[in-house]
Amino acid sequence: MNVALKNQPAASEERWEADPILTVEHLTMRFGGLVAIDDLSFNVGRGDITALIGPNGAGKTTVFNCVTGFYKPTEGRIVMRHGPGRQQEAVDAVTATGKRWDIGDDRSVFLLERMPDFEIAKKARVARTFQNIRLFGGMTVLENLLVAQHNPLMIASGMTVGGVLGLPSYRKAEQGAIDKAVYWLEHTHLIDRADDAAGDLPYGAQRRLEIARAMCTGPHLLCLDEPAAGLNPRESTELNELLQFIRKTGTSVLLIEHDMGVVMEISDHIVVLDYGVKISDGAADFVKSDPRVIAAYLGVDDEEEIDVPEIKADVEEVTEEKSKRKPAKAKAKPKAAAKPAAKSAAAKPAAAKSAPARKASAKKAPAKKAAPAKPAGEIKVKDADKHPGAQPAGTKKPGEGGADNLTRISGIGPANEKKLNALGIWHFSQIAAWKKAEIEWVGSYLSFSGRIEREEWIKQAKALASGKQTEFSRRVDGGKVPSSRSSSRRTSGKGGKA
Amino acid sequence: MAATQANGGAAANNNMFVDSLKDSATAAFLVAVLGFFFLPLKTDIASGGLAITYRWPIWIAAILIVFGGRLLLNLFVFKAQTPATRIIGDKLAGSSAKVPGLGRFLTFALLGFALVLPFFFTTFFPGQQRQYIDLAILIMTYIMLGWGLNIVVGLAGLLDLGYVAFYAVGAYSFALLAEYFDLGFWMALPLAGILAAFWGIILGFPVLRLRGDYLAIVTLAFGEIIRVVLLNWYEFTNGPDGISGIPKPTLFGLEFKRGEGGFADFFGLEYSTIHRFIFLYYIILILALITNFVTMRLRKLPVGRAWEALREDEIACRSLGINTTNTKLTAFAIGAMFGGFAGSFFATRQGFISPESFTFLESAIILAIVVLGGLGSQIGVVIASVVMIGGIEMLRNIGFLSQIFGPGFDPVQYRMLIFGLAMVGIMVWKPRGLITTRVPSAVLKERKKIGADMVAQGEGH
Repeated sequence: MNVALKNQPAASEERWEADPILTVEHLTMRFGGLVAIDDLSFNVGRGDITALIGPNGAGKTTVFNCVTGFYKPTEGRIVMRHGPGRQQEAVDAVTATGKRWDIGDDRSVFLLERMPDFEIAKKARVARTFQNIRLFGGMTVLENLLVAQHNPLMIASGMTVGGVLGLPSYRKAEQGAIDKAVYWLEHTHLIDRADDAAGDLPYGAQRRLEIARAMCTGPHLLCLDEPAAGLNPRESTELNELLQFIRKTGTSVLLIEHDMGVVMEISDHIVVLDYGVKISDGAADFVKSDPRVIAAYLGVDDEEEIDVPEIKADVEEVTEEKSKRKPAKAKAKPKAAAKPAAKSAAAKPAAAKSAPARKASAKKAPAKKAAPAKPAGEIKVKDADKHPGAQPAGTKKPGEGGADNLTRISGIGPANEKKLNALGIWHFSQIAAWKKAEIEWVGSYLSFSGRIEREEWIKQAKALASGKQTEFSRRVDGGKVPSSRSSSRRTSGKGGKA
Repeated sequence: MAATQANGGAAANNNMFVDSLKDSATAAFLVAVLGFFFLPLKTDIASGGLAITYRWPIWIAAILIVFGGRLLLNLFVFKAQTPATRIIGDKLAGSSAKVPGLGRFLTFALLGFALVLPFFFTTFFPGQQRQYIDLAILIMTYIMLGWGLNIVVGLAGLLDLGYVAFYAVGAYSFALLAEYFDLGFWMALPLAGILAAFWGIILGFPVLRLRGDYLAIVTLAFGEIIRVVLLNWYEFTNGPDGISGIPKPTLFGLEFKRGEGGFADFFGLEYSTIHRFIFLYYIILILALITNFVTMRLRKLPVGRAWEALREDEIACRSLGINTTNTKLTAFAIGAMFGGFAGSFFATRQGFISPESFTFLESAIILAIVVLGGLGSQIGVVIASVVMIGGIEMLRNIGFLSQIFGPGFDPVQYRMLIFGLAMVGIMVWKPRGLITTRVPSAVLKERKKIGADMVAQGEGH
């Protein structure tokens, strides 16, 4: 996280920092063991169109569900403000008292994580749409918009009693509600279909109707979950115009979108998520050029990079001296990894013996011991000190038998393999020996903090180094996953298996 | 049929006929085997033990009927290119579309008839007036119950299999209030409604989170709990013995009795027992009309729209700031309140109530009325009640059936069979009930009816 923040422009200058309508702070959402959102913080500026983007499964909809109360976040605070500015004292005061909100004339503050979903829509005035459209299909378009005005109409009908008696005040209120519905129907080009069943409308019209319905609740913040999904280019342009119009009416917009055309064109502020972690946050231009975003999201996927140079399989003679060092190192490794199970610790040396050639490959074993204090291996990287942790030691050339196919680790694609090779990392055993400091450094160096732990590179590397297969490596070997080598079976791990 | 086919089709047709014959023969064989010990063999008690009498003609007749029936079904329904059922179904479905004002006309015609009904019977059927008016009261009670349940099931989409519980609460509320506090019908009526609504809320709370089958099962259980409590709390409810001597309703203090101070005496009429029946009829008519009026009004109010929205999509409701808990509870409470009114009326009409009157079968009948009539349709409930309750009672009067089936034949004994057949028939031809279209509650320019395929059915269907 702190890595991501370092790259940001000075926070206080931005509009969404100074006058946020919604602030998400340290939001964490766990589903059992799965961490869908991990310590996420961002602001949504008042009057802005803010886009939440990220690859599939990044946790965008989960954020929406937390903001709109459909999920209760595991941790974190979500603040909605109706008044201008950050109102930090009011927010802290409400947080301390355990109340759900503090309503004042021009300075209402709501803690959304404490409120049930319907109250968020009713009191905090956050409206939302759904990824899979949720209209009242058996009711007419007009009725859909009247249902959205339930709460003001309920009061006007004297909690139903006055309405049953047919008081004129309710009739007036209902006419007002119809007028408001007509206003939004005109702006969404649905006025001709007002008396048709909502389920009868074509797909694009249903999307617009859902936005109109959300707007009829009179929201301060409108959350749109993939509003452009399934729209044709013309409808997409119309949607852009509609969103610009909504912004002009004073409603802030938070949207999830995959259509980069829509996002880049209309967003004032973009927050990028990957695996539940924020990887970038800023204006469109900043996000577009952020290498982190490019690496993780905007298309240059690890496995898609075409320009992968052939890696020369330099075979080096194993000297007598080197092969002597190996067993010593192999013994030290299980201890360093702090394997709890005595069984596996006992099994390790045996496995190491079975594949001595592989062990021999990690030539610069002594360098690894001095990891945090003396980060330099033989290979120096420019800006190595910029990254936290310690640079792992590397060798200029792979050991005997050639380099391991690192792409057999799930999470390392050809591009990252290239980068690792540049660091002098050629073998599974090298990765397996990484400790916390190295993991942190490599994560930062490869611009995807947290992925190494999440994808369990170390565990995979250990398995592969000892000649075992992982589920992913089987797929690589089976040719089901693009790999740096066509005959990807050339690995030291193979020998152990056979 | 074959004649109309081209040469190529003749072979296929021939095949179809052979298939049908095979299928029918299989069915007939099954009947022969399954029925062998029931139809042709009959044991009678004779002196010194049992005597077997053989009835081969019955067995053969059954086999032939199944064979013939199955053959006809195969030829014209199962294997036909245009099944007869579809033709009938299309005709039924088309009939309402052909006459645009039919629904409206029917509504007013029925209302007009309902208003003059007692006088119609006293004028034209003077001998059987009491019987007919009594039947009309019964039908009206079911219409009212159907309308009440329609709020919960039809509008809010919450399948309630224990609606009779509220009917029971209403009836017992009045009976017990009359017994312990000496309250009259008009005083007890609103109290019975409030108590039933209260029970509706109590039932509503635990089932709020339930969906689908679970909701249905829990409501069913609650219906039974009420009945079992009434049955076993002997000191308070008098258990299975029931409560008798429940007071009759009065017209502004006038009792329907013979002699001084009675209704007939006050208006200078000749005393007749029929006056009380006519009076009861008008009470239930007015109660039912109030139910209908309130329901129609509620549909156009935010709470009614919220019910229907709840039926369509609960999550979307919550995203619009609708408190679904309260919305469901109001649906249960208001539906229960009308059930309570009807129960209270039932108690005063019968003069005697016991838990026997509030079995699950009653719930099933009321639900069947709502489903057959078409969920959410008010006029559908009326038609279904008239057909189901009136039709079954009418069976008693069909004399010619006993001439066919012998003097011991009582058609009422077969009412459950007819009931089931009617259900099957409706579900085949009109799976969403008799009246399937939904009338929108708000209109901008043109009132367009919404087809049943658009309308969601809610939970538990």
